[in-house]
Amino acid sequence: MMLKSKIQILPNPKQIHPPSAEEIGIYLVVLVLLVVLGFVNNGYTQSISSTELINHAKDYDGKEVTYAGEVIGEVMCRGDFAWINLNDGQGAIGVWVDKALSAEIHFAGSYQAKGDWVEVSGIFQRACPEHGGDLDIHARELKKITPGYLVNHGMDPERKKLVFILLAILGAAWILQQLKRR
Amino acid sequence: MILKPQLKELKSIGYYLGKIMIGLSFTMLLPAALGFLKREINPALDFIISFEISLILGLVLTRLCFTKKDLDWMQGMLVVSLSWLVAMVLGAIPLYLSGHWNSYLDACFDAMSGFATTGLVLVQNLDHLSFSHNLWRHLIMFIGGQGIVIVAISFFVKGASGAFKMYVGEARDERILPNVISTARFIWLVSIVYLILGTLALGFTGIFNGMKPFNAFFHGACIFMAAFDTGGFAPQSQNILYYHSFPYEVITAVIMILGAINFNLHYHIWTGQRKEIFKNIETVTLFITALVTCFITISALNQSEIYPQAMMLFRKGFYQLISGHTGTGYQTIYPRQFMDDWNNLAVVGVICAMALGGAVCSTTGAIKMLRIGIIFKALLQDIKRIILPERSMVIQKFHHLKNIFLQDTQVRSALLITLMYLLLYGIGALVGMWFGHPFIYSLFESTSAAANVGLSCGITNAAMPAALKATYILQMWAGRLEFMSVFTILGVLVAMIKGR
Repeated sequence: MMLKSKIQILPNPKQIHPPSAEEIGIYLVVLVLLVVLGFVNNGYTQSISSTELINHAKDYDGKEVTYAGEVIGEVMCRGDFAWINLNDGQGAIGVWVDKALSAEIHFAGSYQAKGDWVEVSGIFQRACPEHGGDLDIHARELKKITPGYLVNHGMDPERKKLVFILLAILGAAWILQQLKRR
Repeated sequence: MILKPQLKELKSIGYYLGKIMIGLSFTMLLPAALGFLKREINPALDFIISFEISLILGLVLTRLCFTKKDLDWMQGMLVVSLSWLVAMVLGAIPLYLSGHWNSYLDACFDAMSGFATTGLVLVQNLDHLSFSHNLWRHLIMFIGGQGIVIVAISFFVKGASGAFKMYVGEARDERILPNVISTARFIWLVSIVYLILGTLALGFTGIFNGMKPFNAFFHGACIFMAAFDTGGFAPQSQNILYYHSFPYEVITAVIMILGAINFNLHYHIWTGQRKEIFKNIETVTLFITALVTCFITISALNQSEIYPQAMMLFRKGFYQLISGHTGTGYQTIYPRQFMDDWNNLAVVGVICAMALGGAVCSTTGAIKMLRIGIIFKALLQDIKRIILPERSMVIQKFHHLKNIFLQDTQVRSALLITLMYLLLYGIGALVGMWFGHPFIYSLFESTSAAANVGLSCGITNAAMPAALKATYILQMWAGRLEFMSVFTILGVLVAMIKGR
């Protein structure tokens, strides 16, 4: 039964026609349009590093960019918007984002936590007129790539050992001093 | 005939050095306490280890070199110059143990940068540094800005004569109060009062900017210490740009200017003699040089059209300039932007501002306003001598806390120190060029290091050659101590080799 139904699903090979010249032409036009539109957007859909953005700020100024990094410090809410600073391991850039979007962020990087790794897309400005000339990104999209987490720094046994060894030396020095005084 | 230093002379030096090491060791307990409070156990242990090492070394030195003799001038200068190097080595221990510095040399670089209130950094992954290590970075700026020796004089040194010699050796030759120990304690009083006020102002601004209360006040305290001591360290890798806050920039600018003012002037303001601000040669010179360098930088930036709005020119151009002139080094632009976005004239304006510096007997570095003022007064006097009839007697006066007749010895001293600074800037620039950097940026970075400013155009980084790191360390050290203590070390080394 299954085999019959499979045979029934497949089209009759005699019914498959090769594409006509007209159809090929339509496919080509659609393909070209897609490619052109992709460039017309002037967007950089692949994530760009902070070094690239800072070192070539003039080239990216006013353009739509995608930038990814770890949220560091904290999310600083200012009215309906918020500042987040994203560090991609090479440098950190400030991102001005809608407060609602920033609500997705749960962890910011510090000694005690690894921050959320997020990707933002928005307009890059090498001297933002709205923010006093800051180099920043005004994000219109924010996507969490990897969630952050608390880091458990256990006590280092080597450090603990060294503390006690040095304490013993200090103690010995103090005892020697007391003996010399007597 | 050069005389070799005697063992008993070296013993006095060792004894006072040991006292300073003991004093320094106790300052490490503060970040240790914060580490335990914030459950940063490993960082806390780093500071306990460093405390123990510093205390052991200090105790051994004071024990071996025990003396009741007071210091003479040479010994005082040597204690000062050596204590800064010792502080760098000991201060680097907790930094290196944190794992955020690639090498012990890098940790020493940041330690010297902190104590010398420079602000150039080689730290890695600053955004994940513990609270206690961050506190230490800023605390050493607070200590260094007041003066390591000032710490010792305030609390450990009994003899006023030796204390004065060390005080002078640390590039302070003005006494605010009759007794140098009282002067040192007054400097601390001013600093602590401003610390409380500054931390509150920055803390509340931080909360207003969206920071959590603990972070706001912690950052506030750190930023105050680095701003008032015209150092330039910040708790985050983006420096002041991290905050994206105009009020924050205004407050830090005010604090920087306060830090660049003579402590004597603070005393006059505190005791109600506010007219001194307008009469004093230093404040007048600072106003004029700030105006001139600001004009150069702002008009150059305006020409390049990078900042088309006035607010942008103020927040970027003026802020970087005042940060450089006061010797602080706070930045609201990325180092690379000095090279890419600022034209050469704007960069030159900042270099000139950095080279000039703030007031004497302040926390700032560089040539300093009193010397610039004296040189200009001397120039005026010489012009008058040419213009006026031959028989006229040309007397030039200036006002610095009191009316002073300009003497040739003062002019000579001012010119000598100015020349030394210019040489130091030039030597550092040559070394930078040796390693392939263009002249203007080498000069920028060299001036920043030697004038203890801390603005960077990107040359200072962990990957730079060790020789360049060592060059900047020496520049920071020599610039902070204004050469005399440094020359004393060289003189003693020559005496030890060639002396009889």
